[in-house]
Formats: sequence, C-alpha cells, structure tokens
Amino acid sequence: MNLKIRFPRGLRARIVVAVLLAVAFGALLTAGLTFHQARSSVLERTQNTAVADLRIQLDSLAPGLTFPPRAEDLRGLSLQLDRAGGSRTWHSSASYQGGTPVPASPAPPVPKELREAVQASGQATYQRIERDGRPWLAVGMPVAYAAEPERPASADKLSGLTVYVALPLDADQADISALVTAAEAGAFPALALALIPAFFAARSVLRPVRRLRSGAERITAGELDTRLDTEGHDELTDLTRSFNTMAETLQKDDAELRRMEAGARRFAADVAHELRTPLAAMTAVTEVLDEDATSGILPPDTADAVQLICEETRTLARMVEDLMEVSRFDAKAAPLHAEELDLRTIVTKTLQLRGWAHDERVTADIPTPVPVRADPRRIDVILANLIGNALRHGLPPVTVSARAENDHAVITVTDHGPGIPDDVLPHIFERFYKADTARTRSEGSGLGLAIAYENAHLHGGSLTAANAPHGGAVFTLTLPPADPQEQR
Amino acid sequence: MARVLLIEDDPAVQRGVTLALKRRGHEVEVAASGETGLLTLERYRPDLVLLDLMLPGMSGLEVCRRIRESKQIPIIILSARGDEIDMVVGLEAGADDYITKPASGEIIEARMKAVLRRVAPAQDSPAATPTGAEHHGDLTVDRTSLVVAKHGTELTLAPSELKLLLFLTATPGQVYSRHQLLEQVWEHSFYGDVRLVDACVMRLRAKTEDDPRKPEYVQTVRGFGYRFGPL
Repeated sequence: MNLKIRFPRGLRARIVVAVLLAVAFGALLTAGLTFHQARSSVLERTQNTAVADLRIQLDSLAPGLTFPPRAEDLRGLSLQLDRAGGSRTWHSSASYQGGTPVPASPAPPVPKELREAVQASGQATYQRIERDGRPWLAVGMPVAYAAEPERPASADKLSGLTVYVALPLDADQADISALVTAAEAGAFPALALALIPAFFAARSVLRPVRRLRSGAERITAGELDTRLDTEGHDELTDLTRSFNTMAETLQKDDAELRRMEAGARRFAADVAHELRTPLAAMTAVTEVLDEDATSGILPPDTADAVQLICEETRTLARMVEDLMEVSRFDAKAAPLHAEELDLRTIVTKTLQLRGWAHDERVTADIPTPVPVRADPRRIDVILANLIGNALRHGLPPVTVSARAENDHAVITVTDHGPGIPDDVLPHIFERFYKADTARTRSEGSGLGLAIAYENAHLHGGSLTAANAPHGGAVFTLTLPPADPQEQR
Repeated sequence: MARVLLIEDDPAVQRGVTLALKRRGHEVEVAASGETGLLTLERYRPDLVLLDLMLPGMSGLEVCRRIRESKQIPIIILSARGDEIDMVVGLEAGADDYITKPASGEIIEARMKAVLRRVAPAQDSPAATPTGAEHHGDLTVDRTSLVVAKHGTELTLAPSELKLLLFLTATPGQVYSRHQLLEQVWEHSFYGDVRLVDACVMRLRAKTEDDPRKPEYVQTVRGFGYRFGPL
C-alpha cells in the first residue's frame, strides 16, 4: 500500500485552504470559549440555586428532627425534602455520622468521593456525575446546629447529619447542546462564506502571476518587446515592474548584439565585394603574365615572381568568391534552385568538368539511378570540395558512391588515406579551421568544407565526416529524395 | 577578332580587360559611363558590348534597354555584383549572357565567341545546313539569312533569342532540359545558370507568341525543360 497524502500544489488551492483553515480556527476558538463560559455559568447557577433551596428546606425541616435520628427519621427527612423540592425534582437522602445515606425513593447512590469530601470539609460540596447516560448534580450538605442563645459555643457545630441531593441536569444539558448546535450552525455557513473571499484573494494573487507567466513565455518565444501593465502597489506589481525592466534590458542587449553581428557580417561581405573590383582587373591580366613568364623572354627571377603573383591572384580570387558565398549563407540570401535530377548525371558531369573523368584516382560507383530534388550547381560545389579534399589530404583511390535509401539519397566520398584525427573531426566543417597548425595555409580557401556543409543544409540534407574502420576518411552527404509526385 | 565596346567605369578593370582582350587579338574601345557608351556605340559600331551594371549616372540596366530598343548587337553583362536579382533583371532587359567579376581573359573570350557564333554549335555541321525557309505556324524561320518573321513581319531578335529559336526549331517536339540548352546554345558548363535560359525564353515568347502566358511555340515541359511546339 502506498498511501501518500497529496497536498494541493497550486497557489489557488493553497490560498483557499489557508483562508479556510484560518476561518475554521477562528470559529472553533470563538465557539469553544463561548461554550466553555456559557456552560460553566449555567451549571454554576443551577448549583447555587440547588444549594440555596436545599439550605432553606433544611432550615425549616431539620429543627424538627430528633437526635440521634433513626433510619425512619432520616427517611422521613428525605421524603419531606423530596416533596418540598417542588419544581426541582431532586432525589434526596440523609445520613448520620457518616452512615449509609438513606434515600426516600430509588435514587442514584451517593458517590463515595462526595461523601468523603463532605466529611473532610464539613461544607456543602457538589459533584457532577453521570448515571445511565444522564448528567446529574450531586450536592452534599452537612447540617450544623443553629446558634442558641444559651449555648453560643455550639453554634455552627456540626450535627453529624448530612443530607445528599441528586438532581438531573437534563434541562441544562439541553441548553448546552443548543449552544453547540448554534455554534455549529454558525461555523459551517461561515466556512462556506469564507470560500468566496478566499477565491477572490486567490484570484487577485493569481491574475498577476498568470500575467507574469505568459509574459515570461512570450519573452522566451523571442517577443522581447513584451511589457506588462503595472497597476496597484503590492509586491506583485513590484515584481511586474522588475519584469518590465528585465525585458527592456534584454531587448536592448539583443538589439545591440544583432546590430553588431549584422555589422560584422556586412563588413565581411563589403570587404569581399570591394576586393572584387581590383581582383577583376588583376585576374583579367594573369594569363598575359603567365604567357610571358613561360615564354622565356623575362629574366628567370622576374618570371618566377610573375608566376607567383599569378597563382596567388587566382587563390585570392577563389577566396573572395568563397567569402562572398559564406556571406550569402549568413545573410540567408543563398537561393536554392532545386530540380528533379538523377545523381548519376550530376556526379558524371562534375567529374567531367573538374577533369577527373579520366583520372584513375577517382572512381564513381553508382549502379542504379538515384533521383533527387537538388540544386545541381550546389551539389557540384559539394562534390568538387569533397573529392578535391580527399585527393589533397587523403590517398587515392577516391570513391564516390551513391544510393537511394528509405526516404533519402546518400552519397559517400571515401579515400584511402590515414583518415581524420579524432581531435580534428568535430571541427572539420568550421570556417578557416586548420587541421595542421604547422601548415599555415592549404590549397583551398579554408572555407570549402564549411560551404559544402551549408549547401547540404540548404537542401534540408546533412553532411557528416567520419573515419572508415579500415582507415580513410568518409564524408556522407544525405539529400531529400525527388518529389514522388513529379516522378510520375 | 572582334570589335568590343567595353562600358566600365573602373579604370583598373578597363585597363585589365582591355589588355587581356587586345592580347588575344581583339579591338577594344572603352566608355566610362552609360551615356558615353551609347554615343560610342553609334560611332564605333562594335561587334559586341561588354557592359558593367554599376555605372555612374545611367545604370547598366538602362543602357542595356536603350541598346536593345534599336540594336540586335550581342550584349554581355560584366558584373561585380553577386546579387542574383541583378543578373536576372539584366537578362530580362535583353542581355545575352553575363560574366561575374573577377573573370580571366580566357573566360571572357570564350563567352564572347559563344555569343558571336551565328548558330548553335550542334547546328554548325555542314550536314545540317538547311535550305530555304521553314514554316512553323505563323512563324517563318530562314536558317540561311537568319531571319525570323511572324505573319511576314521580320522579328528583331537578340542573338541569344535567335540562337535558341533556331536550336529548338531544328527538332520540333524534342524536349531539352535547361542544362542541355545552356550547354548547347550558350556553351556554358552543365552547371551554368539556368535562369539564362528562362530569361531568354521569356523574351522570346514576348516577341513570338500571341499570348505569352499561353505559349504555343516555345512550350514548357514541367519538370523537364522546353520544346518547340508541337503546333
């Protein structure tokens, strides 16, 4: 058995429960005190009246008694007392010198403690007792001699006669029960009524809390211009105000960061763009220089220098192109002109155009048609990068294979080199990441794989790098398949 | 050898391109703005215009439109702008091809030669030499005089438009992918910009079709490419 008391967690439930508990406690305390007070006054009045009545009766009856009284005398006294009780139906009994009390009619026996108490104190004593489920008041009263003029010493001297009276407290009990009923009758509606202010209190607390929550959610969703109304002067209003300040700060920081990032990106794009015009002039004349450098009309040193400039101009031009392309990806301005194509066509064309068609170092292994929906120029860029990379950093043969799998096309480019070191693998698609710190510059721009990666993602595909179990790097490009509706 | 008008405002590019083309045996005349370019065009009578898009004063696009209003001279846009929208607008304005800067003299010359070739390379062979005019609906295509007429009225087609139409009408009903057309008509690589083809088809339709939105002559085969007819 796994019994677990589950306390309500919500603020609303907690507030309501707290208010109800407070009300219940208040009601209970008030009712308890009232009840206690009322009960003791009712009982006290009953006792006092009973004792006073008894004393009056005894004052008139006791003098007629012969001393020492016999049992018949005692019974007679009791009988007389019972008759004189009038409206008060009491049951009296009398005893002499501590003897067994003699009742006039069947009455509850006098409790032993009461008799002892009377004997000990020599004064009127009461005790409340329970008999047959009914409350009774038992009174014990010792009778003293009256003051006689000739024997002053005997005044107040106990006569040894003790009278006991038991009277039912039914009427008082009824009064007290009525009090309890009244307290109950008052408490439950009070509790029910307390629900209303409790719910109102909960609502007034919860409404700002809920507003704060939805505000925080909107901020999380990126709506940094979210502001909340600040009405009232309580702690929640202060919190709302703090929230607004926080949102404002966040928005300001966010805008600043965005501005700076956009600035940095625009700067890169601007630099690349500005480099293009001088490069256009330089690139146009590199062939003129190449031609003269190889023709032997220039001094050898000059020819070398000219060739160096030509090569580096071409590298620079390639780098600027790559930078422009990266800027387009960053600005989300890279368009995708997707078409339905067979990957075999793309791979064949790429190998042809890049001069690898008759290169025994590169082999294509695509047994069946692989339909894809892709931008052929971008796939060409990816493939050229992966194959070029494999030839530069790995060892031939480089194998390009492609196949259609479940719901996408998979192209792998595998080489037989040493593979990619584990510490390089996670960074291989980062811009300008240099696998070998000793080699300050590779043949490419340092952006090739980053651009390949962006291109793959632009298609909704992916590009991953890994090492084959037998060594050699494996680059895997996955592309979404051709749209089946256009496939017929 | 060709006579080239280079409209380009950057002095370095002017010098570089001029140097590269002169070295390859072409004659080059330079105009530093669109306005002077239009004037030089009348005086110099070039075989081809190399046009920069970013010019002071009159824009390259405007120059392209002005030339096309009266001339069927080949126009190649030489643009440093990577923004693809500019190329598309340039092609829609009537340019036959475009080259993105930086470009080597070799590439510039290859494009020039392709545009200057009077018919598409596949039709260059003597076996395909046609005789007389062909009739395709309301169109009359004369492969010898390179004249295309509609209802007997001669159409003024830009060189790329004429080449595309000649290529497609050679095999009516045959579907060509845009990449194939790019290779055959523009002599670009397979991965050239197929929007060259789209822009040219649009211009061609505007001149040949009764309703360019419901083309009869140059039809689109969705998912594959274009074909001529069937009528």
